[in-house]
Amino acid sequence: MEARNIATSGAAGLPPARRLEAASPRYGERAIKSFLALCAGLSVVTTTAIVVSLLVPALGFFREVPVGDFLLKTEWAPAQDLFGVLPLIAGTFNVVLWGMVFAIPIGIGAAIYLAEYASPRVRKIVKPVLEVLAGIPTVAIGFFGVSLVTPLLQDVWPGEFLGGPPGFFNALAAGLCIGLMIVPIIASISEDSMSSVPGGLREGAYALGASKMRVALRVVFPAALSGIVASIVLAISRAVGETMVVLLVAGNTPNLTFNPVENVQALTAFIGVTATGDIAQNTIEYDTVFAVGTVLFVLTLIMNMTSIRFVRKYRQIYE
Amino acid sequence: MSDDFEPKTERVRLASAGARAAVAGSLGKQPGGTVAKNRIFRALLLLAVGIALAGLVALLVDAFVEGQGRLSLDLITGSNSFDPEIAGFQQAIVGTLYLIAFVILMVVPLGVGAAIYLEEYASRERWWNRLIELNVQNLAGVPSIVYGILGLAFIVRGPLDLGFMLFAGSITLALLVLPTVIIAAREAIRAVPPSIREGSLALGATEWQTIRRQVLPAAVPGILTGVILAISRAVGEAAPLLLLGAASFVTFNPEPFSADTGWTALPVQIFTFAARPEEGIREVAAAGIILMLAVLLLMNSFAIWLRNRYEQRW
Repeated sequence: MEARNIATSGAAGLPPARRLEAASPRYGERAIKSFLALCAGLSVVTTTAIVVSLLVPALGFFREVPVGDFLLKTEWAPAQDLFGVLPLIAGTFNVVLWGMVFAIPIGIGAAIYLAEYASPRVRKIVKPVLEVLAGIPTVAIGFFGVSLVTPLLQDVWPGEFLGGPPGFFNALAAGLCIGLMIVPIIASISEDSMSSVPGGLREGAYALGASKMRVALRVVFPAALSGIVASIVLAISRAVGETMVVLLVAGNTPNLTFNPVENVQALTAFIGVTATGDIAQNTIEYDTVFAVGTVLFVLTLIMNMTSIRFVRKYRQIYE
Repeated sequence: MSDDFEPKTERVRLASAGARAAVAGSLGKQPGGTVAKNRIFRALLLLAVGIALAGLVALLVDAFVEGQGRLSLDLITGSNSFDPEIAGFQQAIVGTLYLIAFVILMVVPLGVGAAIYLEEYASRERWWNRLIELNVQNLAGVPSIVYGILGLAFIVRGPLDLGFMLFAGSITLALLVLPTVIIAAREAIRAVPPSIREGSLALGATEWQTIRRQVLPAAVPGILTGVILAISRAVGEAAPLLLLGAASFVTFNPEPFSADTGWTALPVQIFTFAARPEEGIREVAAAGIILMLAVLLLMNSFAIWLRNRYEQRW
């Protein structure tokens, strides 16, 4: 205010200075801005709604079933009032484990090839083709598991290994299918982070006489590690949240085991099956869906936050 | 990224050749076995790429082999039934068309609006803007079935209380793909150089006029590409719909705003068929998958064509 007074008095005698503010208050502009802010705010509303819609019934559930029992007991049979969620968590990670055993080497191998070895032309073709895999609806991948992967595994299974060939529903085939689905996530994000490692690091190593493999494994890989870890964490989170593949391929028997040939029920499969059936609202069985959903939401949220953090880290270092 | 790749490799080649020559004279050869190890390593990497591509091919071929016998117009006109002789996807296709039409109507204005706000108006100094950003990133990673729970508790029942109608499925799918649209639209808007905005503002245009007449037209191809990719995700999404009544057995075309008549969608119908024990019904599921993949392939090709045709480099 004072500064302005000095300015006007200083300009005495000269024509009055042009004002830089707009001639009208621009209510239209403000209205548009508020509308756009509302659109963005909707995402926060969505998150709040998700949390509320999970927590309110889940709290009702935990009034009937102690949290300790839910998290630590080892039997899951809602019809008989057995609410130990461990078999479902084990079911999820039984599938995810085999998926990662398949997807991590394949995904990182593909990423190193694309970032360090492939010519730009090959990369320009192979990368989008791999990304097609990520866009295939998961119900199609589940069908592939039932119609090809499981029969194939049964055919080539070595006798009584791990207790005999996989059944019609089994964790291994589901894991392999989910693995195939997340290979492009690992490959794509890892490749991005390897490509953003500055060329100078490579050149330095080459100048010291390192071979190409040494450069890839000892220079580029460690330098890109945070991006690679981010891609793996994100891939695990996707695998944990996947529903259609586990419904079709892994089965629906709660089973506390890491044996890949067995029929297991994952967290998502339980939600999918239970909520599809006709169960009355406001029963404990109905509330289990939300309790299990809360477990799923918290698990994936932790992994997503971790992944976002790792991605930020590699961006900070090299960009 | 690929543009600066050539000179870099050339530089690397020259530098390492020079260094090798210099070192070879005084220090001797690379340790024995290095060449062989390098070859094996390269072969393993190629194998990884090969396995991933082979998986994709096997998936496509398997669906085609199982379903090719059922590829005919009956697939589209045939009605929902567990008798493989007459089973088809008419109700499911109509359901999916309705679903996607409403999703587009909701997701385009909301997603682009949010992206404009975050890119053009929001100041990162403010904690609530950072919260929105982090929130959008996290929402993109929430499992789809959790959106199904949201739809069941908030839209089918609870506050909105729409009942098991198709439109409730549309809202849920729209919320599910919204983060994807926002992220893609933000990238497209960010790619428009600031000089365009500054030029427009300097000529006296208001903020909104600048966005409306300069930024948005330049960003439209990128935004459209993102929207198409998000929609193609919505087309194939089955899990959340399972919770919203889409698995019901219907033999008539769905009414989008009726909560009593039941409805279904293409991926859900494929799931139902794939899980049925009847002989021959799996072939119908496979044929449905071919149909769905063909539609998605068309959409994705169109998105890639759009990007290549209209992508501007400043």
